[in-house]
Amino acid sequence: MNLNELNIKQARELLDSGKITSLEITEACLAQIASQDGGIHACLTVCANEAREAAQAADKRLKQGERGALLGIPYLCKDILMTKGIRTTAASKILENYVAPYDATVVRKLKEAGAVMLGKTNLDEFAHGASTENSAFGPTKNPYDLTRVAGGSSGGSAAGVAANMCLFALASDTGGSIRQPSSFCGVVGLKPSYGRVSRFGLLSMTSSTDVIGPIAKTAEDAEIIFKVIAGQDELDATSAPEKIISDSQKKIIDPRAKTLNGLRVGLPKEYFLPELNPEIRNRVMVLADKLKDAGAEIKEVSLPYTKYGIPVYYIITPSEISSNLARFDGIGWGLKDEEAQNLQEFYKKSRGAGFGPEAKRRIMLGTYALSAGYYDAYYKKAQTVRTLIINDFNQAFKQVDVLLTPTVPHGAFKIGEKSNDPLAMYLEDIFVTGASLAGLPAISVPAGTVKVKDGGDMPLGAQLIAPRFQEETLFKITEFLV
Amino acid sequence: MQLSKEEIQHIAELSRLNLSPEEEEKYRNQLASILDYIKMLDEVKTDKVMPTAQVSGLMDVFREDEVRSWSREEAEAALSQSERENGNVKVKRVLQ
Repeated sequence: MNLNELNIKQARELLDSGKITSLEITEACLAQIASQDGGIHACLTVCANEAREAAQAADKRLKQGERGALLGIPYLCKDILMTKGIRTTAASKILENYVAPYDATVVRKLKEAGAVMLGKTNLDEFAHGASTENSAFGPTKNPYDLTRVAGGSSGGSAAGVAANMCLFALASDTGGSIRQPSSFCGVVGLKPSYGRVSRFGLLSMTSSTDVIGPIAKTAEDAEIIFKVIAGQDELDATSAPEKIISDSQKKIIDPRAKTLNGLRVGLPKEYFLPELNPEIRNRVMVLADKLKDAGAEIKEVSLPYTKYGIPVYYIITPSEISSNLARFDGIGWGLKDEEAQNLQEFYKKSRGAGFGPEAKRRIMLGTYALSAGYYDAYYKKAQTVRTLIINDFNQAFKQVDVLLTPTVPHGAFKIGEKSNDPLAMYLEDIFVTGASLAGLPAISVPAGTVKVKDGGDMPLGAQLIAPRFQEETLFKITEFLV
Repeated sequence: MQLSKEEIQHIAELSRLNLSPEEEEKYRNQLASILDYIKMLDEVKTDKVMPTAQVSGLMDVFREDEVRSWSREEAEAALSQSERENGNVKVKRVLQ
């Protein structure tokens, strides 16, 4: 086995016993990037020198007897998180040469833990999309079939992990951007509860749903990373003050428990409609059977407002985007128009040239939804239906402890297949927006493969959704899905 | 629904985006079809439902208002990476 193919747990044992060094794993990852990324395009920036230095520093700490969950482990970072001294582009021309003078809190935490950053991964521009085709620097391709998308918006992070360019990756999920590409690339993606991980240093997209989380090779690895990056941060006033574990959860997550006796798993019927591909239904049911064999009770539940998730999401998201992206005015950073005669013209020309089509669409959609005369009809309406969607989950979690669903209703599609139809792309998020709007933790785990149109078999994920702050429940359950 | 040419130009103006005539036409059609889809929300009764603006469950989060030292160079780079003068951001003329 090549060192870049190791997962974190395996690498940890080899590093701690001195059988390998961080520099050796780092070199193996850099070599894999050099040989594979010409075809896949998972990375926008590779910082080989900085990575080697960080690996050598980690090796020194290891040699001195220090131990740590991620000490010496190489990773890739979605290029929407600030990294001091290394450019952060958000895959946008408007930030092409931006270099942040500080680290995002998650990046700082990983640095302190001794993890080794190899580079920055591709994404849909400003994380707007579900295929990474909206990157201003070209799409990321799926490592399982280079004619297909890796999903998005964290396509580079998911493809990088799937292609063993790193041991794990950092990503962000606003309405499915960790889970959908993880499903397409056959890896594990965790969207933590809203507020569980500091957003400081994340380029804001939809501040009320943005969450940072890991993409990993196993659920156990995702848990290891999560524990390092989670926690309250005074630089993010929305980060959660404490860990909340209920009594019922304590029983479920008891590390001594060798069964799932007493666990109630809900299958929301709105996620298993008759039009769902039967092969996908079967894959998810195989996982349901595994949980049943471990002692869990499986029951059908209903989330009646599910179908309104996408329309709500595509009002709230563009609205928050139109506000958050107003700061890119050509003045402080990035692309600017030199010819403009006055400030208004300068704004319009700089932004018109700097933003790509999807960013423009969302800025205009949000501006429209928030403009005089339309606020009540669109934005306020969406906010009230959001309340009903949250109530749905609250009701369901009175009957069950966790929900099991497909992550995406199909395998990875062809590059270009949906890029001229924005609405078709929005519908990609049908099973993943609910947990985002409600701020719930959700994990996508590999569930086998599915036959795709004009192609072979492609990876497929299943999603587990838990009540807020109950990530531990998700981790406990995934132990029984291996 | 339909968006007129004037409406899309007004939205672009509010959005501070310069659009080519081709872009105007493209976004006019695309935004109209997205708004048609979103209109599905009209069928939901929401008269007695409170809106949700955030799900953090937190209110009035405070911290001490302390000045922390940061290198002048980095603080300025955080403020602006284009034209600066004496630590201030330089912009185009606002008044002619």
